[in-house]
Amino acid sequence: MTNATVHMEGRLHAPAHGAVATGAVHAKGQQHPIKLYLVVWGWLFVLSTCSYLVDYFGLHGYLRWSLILLFMVLKAGLIVAVFMHMAWERLALAYAILLPPIAVLVFVSIMVLESEYTHFLRVLFFVSPS
Amino acid sequence: MAETVLTNPGQSTAQLEGWRGIAADWASDQRAFKNVSWGKAMMWIFLLSDTFIFSCFLLSYMTARMSTTVPWPNPSEVFALNIAGKHIPLILIAIMTFILISSSGTMAMAVNFGYRRDRVRTAILMLVTAAFGATFVGMQAFEWTKLIMEGVRPWGNPWGAAQFGASFFMITGFHGTHVTIGVIFLIAIARKVFRGDFDVERRGFFTSRKGYYEIVEITGLYWHFVDLVWVFIFAFFYLW
Repeated sequence: MTNATVHMEGRLHAPAHGAVATGAVHAKGQQHPIKLYLVVWGWLFVLSTCSYLVDYFGLHGYLRWSLILLFMVLKAGLIVAVFMHMAWERLALAYAILLPPIAVLVFVSIMVLESEYTHFLRVLFFVSPS
Repeated sequence: MAETVLTNPGQSTAQLEGWRGIAADWASDQRAFKNVSWGKAMMWIFLLSDTFIFSCFLLSYMTARMSTTVPWPNPSEVFALNIAGKHIPLILIAIMTFILISSSGTMAMAVNFGYRRDRVRTAILMLVTAAFGATFVGMQAFEWTKLIMEGVRPWGNPWGAAQFGASFFMITGFHGTHVTIGVIFLIAIARKVFRGDFDVERRGFFTSRKGYYEIVEITGLYWHFVDLVWVFIFAFFYLW
């Protein structure tokens, strides 16, 4: 590996996932069987259909929200892990990219509190009693 | 960069896995991202920054929707279409979702064929991806036209909370811009692939550097990200 060039990623951990394409002599980079992509593609279709059916059947309340979030997280996970190959990257990259968005969740919780307070004030002072 | 030979690219640490691997990679000399080229690392970092941009849009939409005392327009009804005399809720958005997912599928295949150095199939799959993307943008233009005709404006709409229009145009507009840029990006790279630039290692017009099939994967990262953002927009704006 002394003359490994910069763009030869995937070589080092290629045996780890045991799914190196056989036909490619000069194979380098992310090599995975086509079938894997087709299976993930199929699942994304199924999950999208499910989330559309949530709306089609008019589910409401916590059931609707939890199903929407579930299908959303599953779809996002499949896209990032398989299509974007994050599952095969070294952890140093995966954590550098996947951890910072946690800050967004903190921001969400702050803004939930803030908007509930705003809503409370609006109800208290602006909505005319009818 | 391409000709640079890494005589000692930290081989002793490169094999470590788990938390020790993270610590070793980040504490190592010169580069934290072993076996990832600068191009791919920078695309990931750009996508992270883009994540924050779209997060801020969705957050401001959430804040507007949670704090208003006026009822929010029902997206299921707003985006319904009459097809063959039947009233189907949210059907246009569902079709757009499937189109974008299909484009992600063809993109993933293009990356695969790129690394197999299958020049023609890679280029064709990238162009198919671009065509799906262009279809998506076209449907979005149709959706915008329909809503504008019905009287939706950034400052008001006929159905409820005034912030609906501003959130809608901002979020879907920014996403549509990303798709459009992605289509241009795809066509540009597909042309290079088809011409065989990465087989003969032709030097780039702007950069004077040799290109590699890895650029197909980097383009793919951007394209999958666009699809990823749509997953969140679909869940939070259209379904919620």
